Amino acid sequence: MSVKQTFKTSLIGVKTNKSRSALTILGIVIGITSIILMMSIGQGAENLILDEVAGFGAETIVVRPGQEPTGPTDIGETLFSDSLKERDIEMLKRKENVPDLIDVTSAVIVTGSVSFEGETYRPTIFGGSVRFFAEVLNLEPGEGRFYTENEIRTRANVAVIGTKVREELFGNDEAVGKLIKIKDKKFRVVGVFAKKGQTAFYNFDELVIVPQTTAQVYLTGTNHYHEVLIKVSDPSVVKRAVHDIEATLRESHGITDPEKDDFFVVTQEGVVQQISTIIGALTIFLSSIVAIALVVAGVGVMNIMLVSVTERTREIGLRKAVGATNKNILAQFLFEAMILTGTGGIIGIILGGLLSFIFSIILTQYAGLSWPFSFPIGAAVLGLFVSTLVGLIFGIYPARKAAKKSPIEALRYE
Amino acid sequence: MALIEVRDIEKTYPDGTRALRGVSFDIKAGEFVAIMGPSGSGKSTLLHILGFLDRPTKGDYRFSDKTISEHSEDELAHVRNKKMGFVFQMFNLLTRTSALENVKLPLLYSGVKESLWEKSAKEAINSVGLSHRTYFEPNKLSGGERQRVAIARALVNHPQVIFADEPTGNLDSKSGEVIMDILHKLHRQGHTILMITHETYTAEHANRIINLYDGAIINDHKVTSQHKAHKHPIK
Repeated sequence: MSVKQTFKTSLIGVKTNKSRSALTILGIVIGITSIILMMSIGQGAENLILDEVAGFGAETIVVRPGQEPTGPTDIGETLFSDSLKERDIEMLKRKENVPDLIDVTSAVIVTGSVSFEGETYRPTIFGGSVRFFAEVLNLEPGEGRFYTENEIRTRANVAVIGTKVREELFGNDEAVGKLIKIKDKKFRVVGVFAKKGQTAFYNFDELVIVPQTTAQVYLTGTNHYHEVLIKVSDPSVVKRAVHDIEATLRESHGITDPEKDDFFVVTQEGVVQQISTIIGALTIFLSSIVAIALVVAGVGVMNIMLVSVTERTREIGLRKAVGATNKNILAQFLFEAMILTGTGGIIGIILGGLLSFIFSIILTQYAGLSWPFSFPIGAAVLGLFVSTLVGLIFGIYPARKAAKKSPIEALRYE
Repeated sequence: MALIEVRDIEKTYPDGTRALRGVSFDIKAGEFVAIMGPSGSGKSTLLHILGFLDRPTKGDYRFSDKTISEHSEDELAHVRNKKMGFVFQMFNLLTRTSALENVKLPLLYSGVKESLWEKSAKEAINSVGLSHRTYFEPNKLSGGERQRVAIARALVNHPQVIFADEPTGNLDSKSGEVIMDILHKLHRQGHTILMITHETYTAEHANRIINLYDGAIINDHKVTSQHKAHKHPIK
């Protein structure tokens, strides 16, 4: 009996009991759908975050005050640590300290609310140079303008706001030229950012920016920075530059033990590695849950196959009487299990692909994220393989049970 | 030389039941033999052993000049497929499967090319006069028609012998007669038929009756053809 004929026979067996077959494979369908969805969303999220990170440029190095955060609660330390000052920036600028540095810019984060004629809103407030926002974060004004170098030098009270902030404070009215209050200080709105929406790190529409000099003097009342960005000549020298930066700042802060650093350095490569590690760990975690789900589904298939073998005892007896060998019967029931789970796998792949497509549409249309849909072919192949394997593993026991039935016992079975 | 040679066959089941206590007989090709006996006489056990569905505990059974003990399980299956045809009391057709597909079943395990299946199956269905029911499923057929499908299935591989286990046991007398007529016709065409029955009038269709009682043969005699002709004239 050829493989093709066995397959046909098994297919008939599966088709004869359509509704039961459908219920049997439900677990497999859900499991494989989860795999596809998980892989697709994981890939999408990774792409999105890496895209954002790539926006910083591979030749950009970020220095932040405080200890490197290891959890969400550590972020406060960055905000309240005062270790990075103007003096450090002057030190870094010196050619003999960091020879690969070609540019350095800095920013402060201000916590507080903004208001206009009784309307109040709590945005993210940044103090920084135009370069920081224009080149590093790729922001540009949709109306009005950025503040000028001259305004930075003179600590002018000027601000550029995001579209969401503008909506909250002004509704549909003109915003450019109006005076708003930031922490009770008056600032003139000189520009409104073009709508950009949510990205992995910030919602740029909820941003208010002011010159860093103004922020330090009038808003935070301090002379330290929350973020220092350093541009080096080429991505290939980043490692060396990081080493130089660390050495310079330790010398400036009088630190000998690297464990006691009061600053930390972030590079794009480091962030990419971190994100990949996190997503990788997450994927492994979710995969193990899906694996458990598939085992449960497999046990379900085995259960139904056992019932089916018992129910079809007479059929088995008859087939043996007319010449089926034990191997023929074994193959028939094993194929049935594999057809069941394989079909479940295919349905799961289609369903998972469809759901991740819908997901990408929702994220693109309604959340404004750049989330292109791509069908995870690797995951689909894996899904089909795994589902068929589940059929093979959990089909063997019932199939062997069927094959071992004695023909006379089977024919007598009522 | 006999097609079937049975020598001192005994069968004891694991629970100690002695179903056969030393049975011996020969059946030549072309015979139509009825095995009779009350229930528990061992006739079903005997048929299972003759049909290679079970092995004797003791004794020697030669089919087509080969003893059962010389065959492996797979070879037994092969002999059942190629040289034996089975007709059961309960028909044992696959439900929700057309008559044609049911008749094809033995071909599936035969090694015959798939392109020839349809023709062989249709010929077999034709030979039992059911061409008009070829594509009917068993639940759309009468009991007699179902048994005719089963006979077609037994014939499809052109076996050397047909084993029939109470073929009319589940049928009304009219349908039963149709089945017996078909078996008669097959016998006349040269088929060897071995039939189990407990009904005397069914057994008398055969040209030889073996009576079993309590696992042993108590009578083995020929049936006169006049007697048969009188009861059921051959069409």
